Amino acid sequence: MNRATIDIWVGAFVAAGLAGLLFLALKVGNMASFSLDKTYDVQAKFANIGGLKPRAAIKSAGVVVGRVSNIQFDNDSYQAIVTFTLDSRYKFPKDTSAKILTSGLLGEQYVGLEAGGDQKLLAGGDSVRLTQSAVVLENLISQFLFNKAAEDKEAKDKK
Amino acid sequence: MAGLREPVQRLGHSMTERILRLGFASRFFAYMLLHSGTAFRRFHLTIREIYFAGVLSLIIILVSGMFVGMVLALQGYETLQRYGSSEALGILVALSLVRELGPVVAGLLFASRAGSAITAEIGLMKATEQIAAMEMMAVDPIARVVAPRFWAGVISMPLLAALFSAMGIFGGYLVGVQLIGVDEGAFWSQMQASVDVRNDILNGVIKSVVFGVAVTWIAVFEGYDAQPTAEGVSSATTRTVVTSSLAILALDFVLTALMFTGGTK
Amino acid sequence: MSPPAVVEIEQVSFGYDATRRVLHDVTLRMPQGKVYAIMGQSGCGKTTLLRMIGGALHPDSGTARVLGADIASLETAELYALRRRMGMLFQFGALFTDLSVYDNVAFPLREHTNLPAAVINDLVLLKLEAVGLRGAANLKPSELSGGMARRVALARAIALDPKLIMYDEPFTALDPISLGVVARLIRRLNDSLGATSIVVTHDVAETLPFVDHVFFMADGRVVAEGPPGEVERADVPFVTQFVQGNVDGAVPFHFPAPGYRADLGLEAKV
Repeated sequence: MNRATIDIWVGAFVAAGLAGLLFLALKVGNMASFSLDKTYDVQAKFANIGGLKPRAAIKSAGVVVGRVSNIQFDNDSYQAIVTFTLDSRYKFPKDTSAKILTSGLLGEQYVGLEAGGDQKLLAGGDSVRLTQSAVVLENLISQFLFNKAAEDKEAKDKK
Repeated sequence: MAGLREPVQRLGHSMTERILRLGFASRFFAYMLLHSGTAFRRFHLTIREIYFAGVLSLIIILVSGMFVGMVLALQGYETLQRYGSSEALGILVALSLVRELGPVVAGLLFASRAGSAITAEIGLMKATEQIAAMEMMAVDPIARVVAPRFWAGVISMPLLAALFSAMGIFGGYLVGVQLIGVDEGAFWSQMQASVDVRNDILNGVIKSVVFGVAVTWIAVFEGYDAQPTAEGVSSATTRTVVTSSLAILALDFVLTALMFTGGTK
Repeated sequence: MSPPAVVEIEQVSFGYDATRRVLHDVTLRMPQGKVYAIMGQSGCGKTTLLRMIGGALHPDSGTARVLGADIASLETAELYALRRRMGMLFQFGALFTDLSVYDNVAFPLREHTNLPAAVINDLVLLKLEAVGLRGAANLKPSELSGGMARRVALARAIALDPKLIMYDEPFTALDPISLGVVARLIRRLNDSLGATSIVVTHDVAETLPFVDHVFFMADGRVVAEGPPGEVERADVPFVTQFVQGNVDGAVPFHFPAPGYRADLGLEAKV
């Protein structure tokens, strides 16, 4: 096995390995999160974050515009304080609303932003005023049962 | 009561021996790192070892990767389609491979194929006095024989793990999309949406580098420390495979805990 | 004024561990330019002594000076510098199995000199020619016979023209022809290089004819020394038994054991 042959094989091996890594990085993963774009942080309070986790997506019109970076509990207001890290390319008005939504029926939870109409834009350190908490399944069911019971009572009263 | 004394003494003795050996292995490791200059200045030495450790492991890595990916797709589909989530097959295959199976299985295969070969080679050189001859010729055997093999292992491991994962995903694609019929677009797009380069792929690469260091360190040390007889070399080779495998699994737990469960703060 | 001593061992004692003392108060002196033999049974300490001369072991007490340097006081770099002036032939050659014969002999030249490839080529072929194996330059060690491998290792040992050449049991497992060849080479190379050679062996018949001075060792001590003619006839029981190959004598035939009749159960054990 002379040196030239070995060099060729090793070169091919290293090239193949790097190609494999590249394939993984480009075709398998998404490079979006690897971009070193500038970001800005904004906070929002929620009564209930449901199953929202850090690194969850923040979407507006269905497009990912940032990620949840931190979730804390505020002992004064007994609410959750969620920190959004948004891509600096996207600016939102001060009266933007944030909702916690579920992708699919039983999927992961993410934050949906709906832009308001304010002229002034959110800057780093600001808070989002309008928030809607996650839908908690138990509350939904008990609400449904309560409504059903109310309907039945109405129908009975009408007779 | 006296009957307990001997086994306890022996246990204590074997424990102290093990700690002594670990200390020696650590000193050996530090010495090797400090004397790695030759391995890099005369890089052809290391290249030669990359051939023997990396290139010759390619076949088993690629074939195993493919099979693992295919099995993942088969088993994954079974379970996912029960919840109507068969389109998440791509995510399942990709994340399993990139985060765990790629580095770990490739590491285990590397330990058994290349690690044992390195141990046997160095042990045999010791048994046939080649190491002593080198020392008598005023050439440091650790710099000349051990260090190039170590760095070759560290360089080869992440490449092999990446190729394992890539082949696995391809295998998963073959079974999932071509064989079973999962939607091709959904397979790739869902995968791309969920596999994060920094958190998943990079962490997988870091894991494979750590495994490479551990496995190759164990392999060269066991070879260098082997008894210079036939049984000595063979038991050193066995020890390499066993110790490396345990090290990989233990380190995998530690690294996974550090890397992937940061969300529960 | 006697020629400067290449090796000076003074009252050296050594043991691999506390229980096993291998060398007991050994003193010997080897002036330059001669071929020496260290003879004795397996386990008498001759290989240990050789390794100590090579700098691989340090004496527990006493001093060992090689080529003017006290080996116990050397730093690694100095030890390596000293070893470049020595050559050692290991028992079975210890050739590097992944390199060809040519590369084996070139190894010390490539590692320690910056000579251009053409010069190295000339030197390698020169050394191989000296041992009669220039035609085998492209073979691998696995393709060589035992005797040939030994000769290649010898060529490698003299690659840097050492001042001190050591041979660890060079005649082991060789056929009579190869034996004669190796013996002749040891003598010829020593004289043509102006070096000093130390041969550790227990091959009496082959060695005594060509060496200048013999040291007999038993149980880690030098029991007799002198030129071959004299020392053969030394009035030391061990030497007589060794040289003549007698079954029993200073070294008993029977390993220590309890009484034979007792072992067979014919008598009570004492």
